[in-house]
Formats: sequence, structure tokens, C-alpha cells
Amino acid sequence: MAKYKGINQLSGVDRVVVGLMVAVPTLLVVWLVWVPAAGSVLLSFTNWDGIGPLSSIEFIGMKNYADVVSIYPPFWPAVQHNLIWLAVLFLVATPFGMFLAVLLDRELRGSRVYQTAIYLPVVLSLALVGFIWQLIYSRDQGLINQVTGSTIDWYGDPQYNLWAALVASSWRHVGYVMLLYLAGLKGVDPSLREAAKVDGADERTTFFKVVFPVMAPINIIVVVVTVIESLRAFDLVWVINKGRNGLELISTLVTQNIIGEASRIGFGSAMATMMLLISSVFVAFYVRIVMREER
Amino acid sequence: MTAQATPTAAPGKSPVQARRPRPAGKRESHRMVQLFLAAMALLWIFPVLYAVINSFRDYAYTAEHGYFSWGGFTLQNYKDSWEQANFSQTMVNSAIITIPAVLLTLFLSCCIAFVVARFSFRFNLALLALFTAANLLPPQSLLIPVYRMFRAIEVPFWFSESGTLLNSYWGLIAVNVAFQTGFCAFVLSNYMKALPRELYESAVVDGAGVLRQFFQITLPLCRPPLAALATLQVTWIYNEFYWATVLLQSGDKFPVTSSLNNLRGEFFTDNNLVAAGSVVVALPTLIIFFVLQKQFVAGLTLGATKG
Repeated sequence: MAKYKGINQLSGVDRVVVGLMVAVPTLLVVWLVWVPAAGSVLLSFTNWDGIGPLSSIEFIGMKNYADVVSIYPPFWPAVQHNLIWLAVLFLVATPFGMFLAVLLDRELRGSRVYQTAIYLPVVLSLALVGFIWQLIYSRDQGLINQVTGSTIDWYGDPQYNLWAALVASSWRHVGYVMLLYLAGLKGVDPSLREAAKVDGADERTTFFKVVFPVMAPINIIVVVVTVIESLRAFDLVWVINKGRNGLELISTLVTQNIIGEASRIGFGSAMATMMLLISSVFVAFYVRIVMREER
Repeated sequence: MTAQATPTAAPGKSPVQARRPRPAGKRESHRMVQLFLAAMALLWIFPVLYAVINSFRDYAYTAEHGYFSWGGFTLQNYKDSWEQANFSQTMVNSAIITIPAVLLTLFLSCCIAFVVARFSFRFNLALLALFTAANLLPPQSLLIPVYRMFRAIEVPFWFSESGTLLNSYWGLIAVNVAFQTGFCAFVLSNYMKALPRELYESAVVDGAGVLRQFFQITLPLCRPPLAALATLQVTWIYNEFYWATVLLQSGDKFPVTSSLNNLRGEFFTDNNLVAAGSVVVALPTLIIFFVLQKQFVAGLTLGATKG
């Protein structure tokens, strides 16, 4: 009988093939993701200016971190902006996307069309979203100012531009969340709802007591996606004004410190490491959920 | 007909209502929901429609009559934006980056997924975790080492004109592949695990090696998820902005999205021109959206839900 072959029973050639199939992608990912991640962490403890040879690097402990939090003016505003970003996506855009998914899931007439319209922004890049909304926000030619007669520069005025960017960003996020939830809702066993109906539960109770808990894995994935998206928000503010003047985000500060005029490696790395740290907590969550599903 | 009456009228005519109220209220609420959804759909599609309409309008006309006028239609914005943003070049650049990146991503993730699904590696879960996690890290936090490595790695000139991986297409492609492989590998391995074992067993009896099993059994059967993932990856990599901006520094190598900035002047921006440029850039993804909608949605949701 030909038994299912485990890895130990493979011929020599096959072992090499399997080895390559694992090694090539793994090396690529290790080289371009994990080594850089470790590199960022290491560099954040050094004073490397990016010019001298690597041998001249000195470890200076937590000094970069101390500097970032104490003498780098844009840092705290950036943290605040990232938190606002997260709050808006998490408290407004995500629940709204969910709400739309629940309504669309009833499959009333026209649902398909509505659904298509709402997730259309998902195929557009966030950079492009920035350009499209410029037509609405621009000071002299923008739609809002044409309608209201105001002269606010929605992308330029630090009092408003973060919110303007958030509206544009939410526009896309809502569609994305809606799509994920819609898929989740379709996957809920219909007999659960039937049972709830027989027990006399109304729609709202059914959703919150029966459907929502069953979708726990999707909920967690959506939370993680939301957190990560708000942490790595970059494209939109970069096309608006390269993340200055009210639109500072940690991601843009890191980039400015490396690409810009002054390349402050240790400094940028310290902020990069903070981003890594925060994201890895949520990545760990995500991987655990996904892997548990896996079994 | 019974616009707002339904909920409050119920107690009044109770005898007949005893059976009726629910369907009537339901129909009413259906209409409300439909109305609400239609309004939301309009609101959501509005910015795109607005951009499309104004992309066809003459700047001088809208400047004089405002945007609430009707008229001044022209194709000139498309002509101008095509030249100013150098789209004939940057579209090619986008293709040069996107096509190899998507093919490589799919091939490499098939390899990993196949091994993970087919052979019981002790650490196949760990392997998958390594890949999936990589997909979610913020790219900015990896920028410094990647940027420095690419600048330091020298490659022959036939490989990259810049002489290093920085400012070269292959460097950018490699980064895109490294970031996207995790997600695809995860989706594919789920799919491959569901393939019946018996298929392989008979192949093993016939003496088929690993390579033949991979190419002749697994890959043909994986067409549905591959189609979905290809659609999704083309969109994502075409849209990719961050790495393209920081790793390619000369304008003549930029993909389309990064070249849109050329349409904005230092002091003055013609928004109708920007609109035309945006429509051009959005066009490939919009075509995917309308033609391959099912594949796109399947790709997006495959990773989040099982099956």
C-alpha cells in the first residue's frame, strides 16, 4: 500500500526540492522583514549618524528614546494624531462599516448595487484617495468651500487637516470593514438565527447575543486590521503635505528622519522600534487567532 | 402609503392587527433600510463621480462659472495630465513592478503553502506565523535597515542602472514580494490542506516526485484561490506607494501613483487636471473592480474567514 509520505520518507532529490521550496521564500522574508526589524531595534540603541563606518557605532543605551520623548517637538503631537486616527477608525468607521454590513446582509432589493458602491473606495490606493478628496477640500476650488462660502484650507490649516484626512481615510475603511463583516455574516450558521427567532428574540437581540459572539474571530481580525492601519497610516498624509503642519504621524517622522535632509539614524530607529513594539503586540494577537483557526 | 402610521396605529385596530402588524412594520422598515442604504451608496460614490465629471471640464470654465455650472466639457485635461505626469512612461513602470512582483509572490507562496500543507513539518505553524506576521508590520519601522542595505548592496549595471539595489526595480519588487507572500501563503495553505490526500497517494504509487505533484496536481487544483489572490495582489502592488516613494528616487522610475504629484504646482494647482490624472491612475483598479469583482472580494475575505 502506498502510504502518505511524510517528510522522512522522501528521496534525496525530493528532499532538496522541498528544502528549496521552504528556504527561498523564507530567506527572502527573513532578509527583508525580520533582519531589518532586528536592525531597527539594534540601531535605536546606538549613535550611528549614517555616515561613518559600522565599526564606529557606539551603544548609547536609551539616550535616543530619552531624546525623542523630551527634545523632539513633533513627537508628542504625532503620538496624539496617531491616537486620534485610531480612535476615529475604531469608534466611528469600524462600527459604521459593521452596521452597513448588517443592513446589507438582509439582502433587500438593490443590496448588491449599494454594496458595490460602498466598497468601491477599497480598490483605490490611499494616496489616490488623498488626491480625489483634494477636489472637495481645496481652498479655492474645493466643493465644500464652493457650497458653504468658507475660505478654510481644509488640507492646510492645522486646525482642520487631521479631521479632513480622517474623513477621507474613513471613507475607504468603512468599505473594507463592511466587506469583511459581510463575509463573516454570510458564514454564520443560519440555524442559529432560526433558533433565536423561535425563542422569540428580536433582530437586535439576535445580533448582539447570537451572531456577534459567533463572529469573534472576525471581530478580532477587524480590530487588529484597524489598529495596524492607523499605526501605519502614511500615504494619505504624505500626499497631502508630507506629514507636516498638523499632520505629523509617527510613520512620517520616521521617514523624514531617514530620507530627509538630516539623516538621524538612531533617532529614527528609536521611533521605528516604538512602532514595531506596538504593532507586534497586535500582530501576536492576530497570529494566535489565525493559527487557532488553523487547527 | 402608511408612512409613519404603522408603529403607533397598531394598538388602535387591534383585532385585525393581531396577525398583521409584523409584516406591515417589516415592509416599512425594509423601505427605510433601502432608503438609507441608497443614500449611503450615493454618498460613498459621490467623490469618485465628482472627480470623473470634473476631469472632463475646462479649468477656465469652472473657474468662471463655479463647479455648480454645467458645461465646459473637454478632453484637454486628459491630454495635459498624460503629458505632465508622464503617464506613458509611468504606466510602463507600474507594469514592470507589478507583474513580476505578483507572479513571484504567487509562486513563492505556493511553494511554502504546498510544503506546509503536504508534509507535516513539526514547525509548519511557526513557519506560517513567521510569514503572516511579516505581512502586518509597519513598513516604516523597517525602512532604515532596508534602505541602508539596498544602498550598500552593489549589483552589476545590467541588473540596475543605479549600481545598487536602491533605485532599482528589482529591489522594490523583492520588498513587495517579501511583504505579500505571508498573506498569500496563508490563504493557499488553507486551501491546499482541504485537497483530498488520495490524489497524492495515487501519484506517489506512480512514482511522481515532489515537483510533479506540485506542478501537476496541486497547482491546477488551486486555480480558484490563485485567481482571487492574483486580482487582489495586482491591485495592492499597483497601489503600493510607500516603498516606491522611498526606494526609487528618480522620477523616471516612479510608478503611476507616485507621479501624480507632478500635477500639483508649487503655488497653483488645477484641480480638473488632478481629477483627470486621478481617473487615469484609478482606471486599472476600477477595471479590476468592475470586471473581476467576485475575485477581488473572494481574495479579500479568504484571509479573514475560512472557506
